[in-house]
Amino acid sequence: MRESQILMGMNGDEAVAYATKQVNPDVVAAYPITPQTIIVERFSEYVADGEVETEFVPVESEHSALSSCVGAAAVGGRAFTATAANGLALMWEITYIASSLRLPIVMAVVNRALSGPINIHNDHSDSMGARDSGWIQIYCENSQEVYDACIEAWRIGEHPDVQLPVMVCLDGFTLSHTMENVLTLPDGAVEEFVGDRRFITVKGHMGEAELRLDPETPLSMGPFDLQDYYFEHKRQQVEAMDEALRVIPEVDAEFSKLSGRSYGLIHPYRLEDADIAVIGLGSTMGTVRYVVDGLRKEGVKAGLLKIRAFRPFPVEEIIEAVRDIPAVGVLDKATSLGAPGGPLYEEVKTTFYDESDRPLIADYIHGLGGRDASPSLIRSIFKGLEDIRSRGEVSEKVTYIGVRE
Amino acid sequence: MSEKPGWRELPRGAVSYKSTEEYETGDWGIQFPEIDHSKCTKCMLCHFFCPEGAIRVREDGYTEVDLKYCKGCGICAEECPAKCIKLVLKT
Repeated sequence: MRESQILMGMNGDEAVAYATKQVNPDVVAAYPITPQTIIVERFSEYVADGEVETEFVPVESEHSALSSCVGAAAVGGRAFTATAANGLALMWEITYIASSLRLPIVMAVVNRALSGPINIHNDHSDSMGARDSGWIQIYCENSQEVYDACIEAWRIGEHPDVQLPVMVCLDGFTLSHTMENVLTLPDGAVEEFVGDRRFITVKGHMGEAELRLDPETPLSMGPFDLQDYYFEHKRQQVEAMDEALRVIPEVDAEFSKLSGRSYGLIHPYRLEDADIAVIGLGSTMGTVRYVVDGLRKEGVKAGLLKIRAFRPFPVEEIIEAVRDIPAVGVLDKATSLGAPGGPLYEEVKTTFYDESDRPLIADYIHGLGGRDASPSLIRSIFKGLEDIRSRGEVSEKVTYIGVRE
Repeated sequence: MSEKPGWRELPRGAVSYKSTEEYETGDWGIQFPEIDHSKCTKCMLCHFFCPEGAIRVREDGYTEVDLKYCKGCGICAEECPAKCIKLVLKT
């Protein structure tokens, strides 16, 4: 199978569109104007050329795009959409509806700074705001990961123990608009891997039924859910996220047999004997890997931990990976105004609060609004971590790095 | 609350596991009406005004409240010309 893969030159947007073409979902609904990306433009070409059987629904807003996907997924279809930044913000209300109805929609989120001030470049302020919406979030480092995640996402979200929507997050411009080599599977292999959508059985008011709207087996989806039931249904979503922690690596392992590529929940690099390490998400971690290799050549014991799944957050795996490292820097590409630190920093610190063995942890907020995360910037973070390690304390908990004073 | 299913048992996706006919909304209210039949003139206005259809007219012409569905809004007491309905707090 590995031999039959074709190397293609694609940017991140095209990788999403191509993977989704191979999945051939029933419905793609999207708002086709800014902040939309090339993803749905390319996909609409596949529709026009008859390469997919998908019903393409160009709608008047992102709110309607996700609403259409909710409807399509509720009647048992596979539904896909893509958005970015303020487009995701306009979907806000429906993100919670999709996850609470347990609809395994897949959405590509091209990470762009949430205006204002008005900006279209990369940071994680859009998807970080959606972290509590009940969607699985997978962050990708390069276009290959984007392609692979857009195939795995269906199997993860549709798993009977999960049944949740999935966001595949790719950094705007850095990935979305940059040409890279991407190994692609044959159409048939993707079709076989994703298979048919699986449904769970629920007890409806007319008896047992698959969780989808079908006149033969009527169900009420989305009814009023008050103080006597809402809490229980939220608790079920918590359980589904816990199950996803098990399912994501399972699906990934199966995919690796097909593709030879595997990612898991987290990706440690040169951590075994590391004195200092950086934890982060997305494309910046490629630059961090380059810097780590450079520092290693200079004798500095540097490493990195890339977190692929931010929701669900892989607590145990992260503890295992970095508990023995003296000093750890967290790279946040988003800020939570008024909070103790960036969103990833807060999760990592919470993860380690009860651990007796834990690193010194500092937050480095960088790259807001597309500010470049250059190798020299990453080097300065490692320099800061060396200082923290030698002093044995964190004097500056949160550093805004790369901003003009 | 104790007789309602827990989260492990409830169907996923927040679908209704029983018909709305079986969903008793009477426990939403904090008060319920009490009708003093000794003062009632059998005018049936409470039956017509009840927004929930929770007040029935009996064979003998008096009205009675179905507490399974009464939300305790108090419209019946307000509209009763004989002032024979009073609202009682649930304990």
